[in-house]
Amino acid sequence: MPMFSLEARLKRQAVLDMLFRTLTRISAFSVLALLAAIIFSLVVGSMPAIHAFGFGFLTSPEWDPVNDKFGALIPIVGTLITSGIALLIAIPVSFGIAIFLTELSPRILRRPLGIAIELLAGIPSIIYGMWGLFVFVPVFADHVEPWLNDHLGVMPYIGPLFSGPPMGIGILTASIILSIMVIPFITSVMRDVFDVVPTLLKESAYGLGATTWEVMWRIVLPYTKVGVAGGIMLGLGRALGETMAVTFVIGNAHELTKSLLMPGNSISSALANEFTEAVGELYTSSLIELGLILFFITFVVLSIARFMLYKLGQREGQAA
Amino acid sequence: MINLNLYTRRRVINAVGLTVSLLAMLFGLFWLCWILFTLLDHGLPALTSVVFTQMTPPPGSSGGLLNAISGSLMMTVVGTLIGTPIGILAGTYLAEFGHRGWMAPLTRFINDILLSAPSIVIGLFVYEIYVVHVKHFSGWAGAMALAILVIPIVIRTTENMLRLVPSTLREAAAALGAPQWKIINFVTLRAARAGIITGVMLAVARISGETAPLLFTSLNNQFWNSNMDQPMANLPVVIFQFAMSPYEDWQRLAWAGALLITLSVLTLNILARVLFRQSATTH
Repeated sequence: MPMFSLEARLKRQAVLDMLFRTLTRISAFSVLALLAAIIFSLVVGSMPAIHAFGFGFLTSPEWDPVNDKFGALIPIVGTLITSGIALLIAIPVSFGIAIFLTELSPRILRRPLGIAIELLAGIPSIIYGMWGLFVFVPVFADHVEPWLNDHLGVMPYIGPLFSGPPMGIGILTASIILSIMVIPFITSVMRDVFDVVPTLLKESAYGLGATTWEVMWRIVLPYTKVGVAGGIMLGLGRALGETMAVTFVIGNAHELTKSLLMPGNSISSALANEFTEAVGELYTSSLIELGLILFFITFVVLSIARFMLYKLGQREGQAA
Repeated sequence: MINLNLYTRRRVINAVGLTVSLLAMLFGLFWLCWILFTLLDHGLPALTSVVFTQMTPPPGSSGGLLNAISGSLMMTVVGTLIGTPIGILAGTYLAEFGHRGWMAPLTRFINDILLSAPSIVIGLFVYEIYVVHVKHFSGWAGAMALAILVIPIVIRTTENMLRLVPSTLREAAAALGAPQWKIINFVTLRAARAGIITGVMLAVARISGETAPLLFTSLNNQFWNSNMDQPMANLPVVIFQFAMSPYEDWQRLAWAGALLITLSVLTLNILARVLFRQSATTH
């Protein structure tokens, strides 16, 4: 009965197909489950703190483990400020590198230089932190901060930002190191989105006599602005969650200061420094709530980033 | 006359803009060189054979990093072994089955977010669901945290690589009567193999330098330990502890560890690229 065995074989293959499909589907579903589990466990873990402090947790600058009074204002502000300054430095530099790599660089150098910039992203965060603390901080304290004090520190309005003892560690140092760390991420997205600009468009502009700079500034950038913004948001997402590098150099002080040269704190560095040493339910739970806040902020930022990149991808699809 | 002025101005702006972009490039390379130079400068003298043969010392005496190196290797291997199959299967779903419905786009979106989610939060998560319940830090918890970091990277590369496989290959296999599981396992996944291996290597490179998720999961261990159910020493956390300490012996060892990690991570990164490029040119 060859027919019968063939049918049985077909049936078996159909079952195997179904099994395989289910297996892949379960794996894909596990990603969704993972996200749900992360959010759920963080919420559960921060419940005691949420009950104790409510929304006041977000706006209170107090951080007093002895009396069990906690507020997240200082770490939140520290995280936002360091990431913000990091972006201010990283955006123009990344744009410059992306221009160089897409338009200027000799073809032979393009690949090695591209890899070199990507290696910056490969260096582990802890190495940045260690290098920052032992090498960058002394240089910064001896040569850069006194200059900032003397020149920017005496100016009106922005003066207080740049005055303070030249200790080397502090918010500005953390921001600079963060900026080096996010440059490769932003550059890589910019390079990718610059590549989607139709060659015809660029060549038309060149044909009309536009300079390289004008083509980049007036054709490529407007065409890709959504994608560029997406890349910047992606970099911001990275900067917000960066832990070890910041922990080494930010100074870990729960203080709200006007000066960027003073030590501060960020959500991730507070977690890295205090979590394993935290005693008492409320202390631990407050730290977990900090983690929840960090996750929430990065989630929103990264969602916006993905949405923007998706928009650009969609337009590319329409043009083709 | 006016036109000439305008022309000159445009050329000057162009030259300035392009010079600035060249400077930006040099700015980027400058940091890379500075960091690598520092690592070699401090790390090479500290990198003696003792580093590979002795345990982490108490402050003030000599020792090596053997337990940390082995702990890191074990957790990285276990984390990769757990994360890779899940990642490849989920990536396969996204590329091969996820053409209809809401599940694939949603998974892709969530996965992209997990890809850049702060790793310290992953550490907190594993602490909450595992460490709290077993009441002690352990190598398993560390491996679990690392696996969670591996999954999104592998999913991303697997999906991308499978999408590059021409559908004529699938159609040819289907026309020969191959069932779908065979087509995917023996035709498309095999065709995308080099790319997927690249992705796994990049994932290994990423997790072997991760410190934050290990702080709350495997913690550290001063002694030799091959039991994954105990707190486990690992290079990143040892570097963190030693670098932050005031003891010079410890700091020297931290530099040796830092050099080791960076060299292995960068080698993996470059190898992955070279491998991928080679396979791309031979196709």
